[in-house]
Amino acid sequence: MRAAYLLKRFGLLLVVVWTAATLNFFLPRLTPRNPIRERIVQMAVSGGYLEQGIEQMVKAYEAKFGLDQPLWKQYFRYLGDMARLDLGYSLTAFPKTVMELIGEVVAWSIGIALATLLLSFSIGSLLGALIAWPKSPKFLQYLVAPLMAVSSVPAYIFGLVLIYFLAFRARLFPMSGGFTLGTVPDGSFAFYMDVLKHAILPAISVILVSLGGWALGMRGMMVTVEGEDYMILAEAKGLKSRRIFFRYAMRNALLPQITGLGLSLGYLVTGQILVESLFGFPGIGALLNRSIFVYDYNAVLGITFMLILSIGVVTLILDLIYPLLDPRIRTGRKVR
Amino acid sequence: MDPILSARDLSVYYYTERGPVKAVDHVSLDLQQSMRLGLVGESGCGKSTLAMALMRLIRPPGRIVHGEVLLDGVDLVKLSAEEVRRTRLSKIALIPQGAMNSLNPVMRVREQIADGIVDRDELFSIAEIEARVTELLESVELDPRVAGMYPHELSGGMKQRVCMAIAISMRPKVIIADEPTSALDVVVQRQVMDTVRRLQEELGLSIILIGHDMGLMAQSVDFLAVMYAGRLVEIGSVEDIFLQPLHPYTQLLISTLPTLEVRGVFRGIPGITPTLLNAPEGCLFHPRCLKATDACRSEETPVLKEVSFSHCVSCYLYEDNK
Amino acid sequence: MRFFRYLRRNKRLAAGIAILTFLFLFATLGRLIAPPARAYPLAVPANKPPSLEYPFGTDSQGRDLLATIVMGTYLTVRIGVLAGIIGLAVGTFLGFTAAYYGGALDTIVRWAVDVLLTVPGLLVLVVIAALIQRTLNPTSLSLVLALLAWMGPTRTVRSQVLSLRERAFVRIAQLSGEGNLEIIFRELFPNLLPYLGASLVGSVTGAIFASLGLEQLGLGAMREPTLGMTIYWVQYYGAFIRGLWWWILEPVAVIVLIFMGLFFLSAGLDEFANPRVRRVA
Repeated sequence: MRAAYLLKRFGLLLVVVWTAATLNFFLPRLTPRNPIRERIVQMAVSGGYLEQGIEQMVKAYEAKFGLDQPLWKQYFRYLGDMARLDLGYSLTAFPKTVMELIGEVVAWSIGIALATLLLSFSIGSLLGALIAWPKSPKFLQYLVAPLMAVSSVPAYIFGLVLIYFLAFRARLFPMSGGFTLGTVPDGSFAFYMDVLKHAILPAISVILVSLGGWALGMRGMMVTVEGEDYMILAEAKGLKSRRIFFRYAMRNALLPQITGLGLSLGYLVTGQILVESLFGFPGIGALLNRSIFVYDYNAVLGITFMLILSIGVVTLILDLIYPLLDPRIRTGRKVR
Repeated sequence: MDPILSARDLSVYYYTERGPVKAVDHVSLDLQQSMRLGLVGESGCGKSTLAMALMRLIRPPGRIVHGEVLLDGVDLVKLSAEEVRRTRLSKIALIPQGAMNSLNPVMRVREQIADGIVDRDELFSIAEIEARVTELLESVELDPRVAGMYPHELSGGMKQRVCMAIAISMRPKVIIADEPTSALDVVVQRQVMDTVRRLQEELGLSIILIGHDMGLMAQSVDFLAVMYAGRLVEIGSVEDIFLQPLHPYTQLLISTLPTLEVRGVFRGIPGITPTLLNAPEGCLFHPRCLKATDACRSEETPVLKEVSFSHCVSCYLYEDNK
Repeated sequence: MRFFRYLRRNKRLAAGIAILTFLFLFATLGRLIAPPARAYPLAVPANKPPSLEYPFGTDSQGRDLLATIVMGTYLTVRIGVLAGIIGLAVGTFLGFTAAYYGGALDTIVRWAVDVLLTVPGLLVLVVIAALIQRTLNPTSLSLVLALLAWMGPTRTVRSQVLSLRERAFVRIAQLSGEGNLEIIFRELFPNLLPYLGASLVGSVTGAIFASLGLEQLGLGAMREPTLGMTIYWVQYYGAFIRGLWWWILEPVAVIVLIFMGLFFLSAGLDEFANPRVRRVA
């Protein structure tokens, strides 16, 4: 039974990735003018130091997309390339490949993404659970309205507000970038502190906005759980309040929250990207922004493909983790 | 001898947007040591609310408006939350309605039996707890291997037995069983009730058994209390209630029971239960009562009075001990 | 006036409607005060802080910010609403037919929705928008956004219709000889309305969110003063470093209002569809 479930989820991942790759392949070809080709020609015309590179690039482009070959052959070559994660050359940072570009920045993004996700999920869930718990202090109830208001706004809008007040007015934090201009990344403690200082504002923007979402979701789940019969027996057993809160209420309410985590990955990624691009934080978001700005189509397509792939993989992993948390899914055996 | 559990003039109201709902109104009853008391009535008559109130498990918008609940001489209503928590399970335990959903789906059976015992001031070793869990499971006729399972892996009857094991785990004085067999089929019902009786005899428990199946009651309890619309209308021994029902409502209840001897057309009780928001004046039953008198319609609700030895009724027909 | 009495009880819905009404008035009446022509570059002197003549100040391209924000509110909301309505229409149609007629059609629709929902919409939009960058204007942006707005409504409508289809009143209608179309319009539709309403608000919110995101990355109509483009220009011209605080705060304030209004509206509609028992103090 588990095997069938696994296969199905894996199959879904493959379909998603294949769809993404296919879209990436056909979309540029839908317009009568092929933007990639145009771009290369444009760069050739404008001359500059890339002249020699242009020849190579055009050749690579031709070979890769095999414009002389029938469409279906091109398509399969393309799929093969994608399967090997060969995303082609960056149009503007030649001879770097798109993969290389991504590799340079991915560590930054993942770092912030993980940190903000862990913080906002755990703090938010705990906060939401406490708000819903009848035995918690009353003042928590006043948090609900502000949480709602904050969570409805996109993260980067919040980021703008933060930049204005904390970075510009109060000069507490730097306004943009991953580290102070001119610093050499040398892995020293001072360098990391600098990075941290630059990362705080973008991180806070994302955390505050997502926190509200998780808190409200958890609160809703706790309310549902509190109406369940096992809560009555738990109290009737004379259990300590804390035990009931954590082992009975939260433990059960967390399960749908984690499902929600899986479903919201897409939003998390897009939110993160936009925040990064706002702050100029040297992650994937900034890379994407720059690539769009300089019309580096290969990079844009490659980056989005990698993002879709990553989200698919993470979703799959979460799907696999879920049965470990919910015993009801784990075993279906009944005993007489 | 003093009763082990006693409710004195207990009232529980639910405060809704449209006004207070008097779910339990001026109820007094005594439970003696080792006695088995049955509590019957229609759905919505307040029996479950009364059970919850006896354990101080009433949640907002409900409140215990007035009255006392004396357990072994101590008034539970006046205790602090922490003190009440200590008496639960150790002195008074609940076998809940709907055992299907009363067990935490993400905890193993062993942990759920153990955590009630563990959350006390005494410390136990893991071995002691494990031994106790096994002992409890065996006493409710369950294989000790059940301890390692999750609730969804058990059948309905087994889940009910786990709940029973939990209820007796600290040898309480009183057990309140709220419709423990309503969701089970007849065969399992019988087995479960047999186990309940055996436990009660072995441990000397006092039991309040709540239900609406009069036939089952007759087989399982010594005394029977009848509730209607939040009030206690009659209480007496099983023989008294079945052979000489005094209150018109009780009489109708008994008469609706099919028997093997009588053939004929069966009638239900005419009318519907009154809304507890705007209760009629006088005796709550008078709109449906065939023997209602003017006194029943106008005067205050009748009080519980003893008519013969340990047989009480609240009805104007017996005001002068006719 | 039962509606107003209901509003007093459902505070969220009231808040949502109040905010959105205010925004509506702002966008429509605002035009009378600030002529739209001033929302385009080189209309007025640049970089002026708020004053009596220019209550919202001006930006680095020479736009009057009051006119800009008024137009921006109108344009951005219009983008969202257009995309949302198209998305809802397509989604309702697909969800409905899939659920009602079942079979292979249902399977196909369900798979398509599942797959497309896993893909983060913004990324696909980025790709599409990047490719047609030159031809972007608010209307074409709406169409692009609509491409990804139909999945949510499809799923919602489909699950609702599935559950409604089995209910007694539909069976009775079938038995009493109502034709399929009749059943669809007379029995099913009225029950779907609350969900359609909530779906629409959700789609519009998502579309506005996406439009802001795309524009902030630079994938919007370059000349039009939509709210997202305004933010893009704020970054492009380094408004922070130059201390042009009014240029930053005004669009942010309006955006916050828009989202809060939509959020409360959807929470209010939610409460309307599933009244929850409140705790009485």
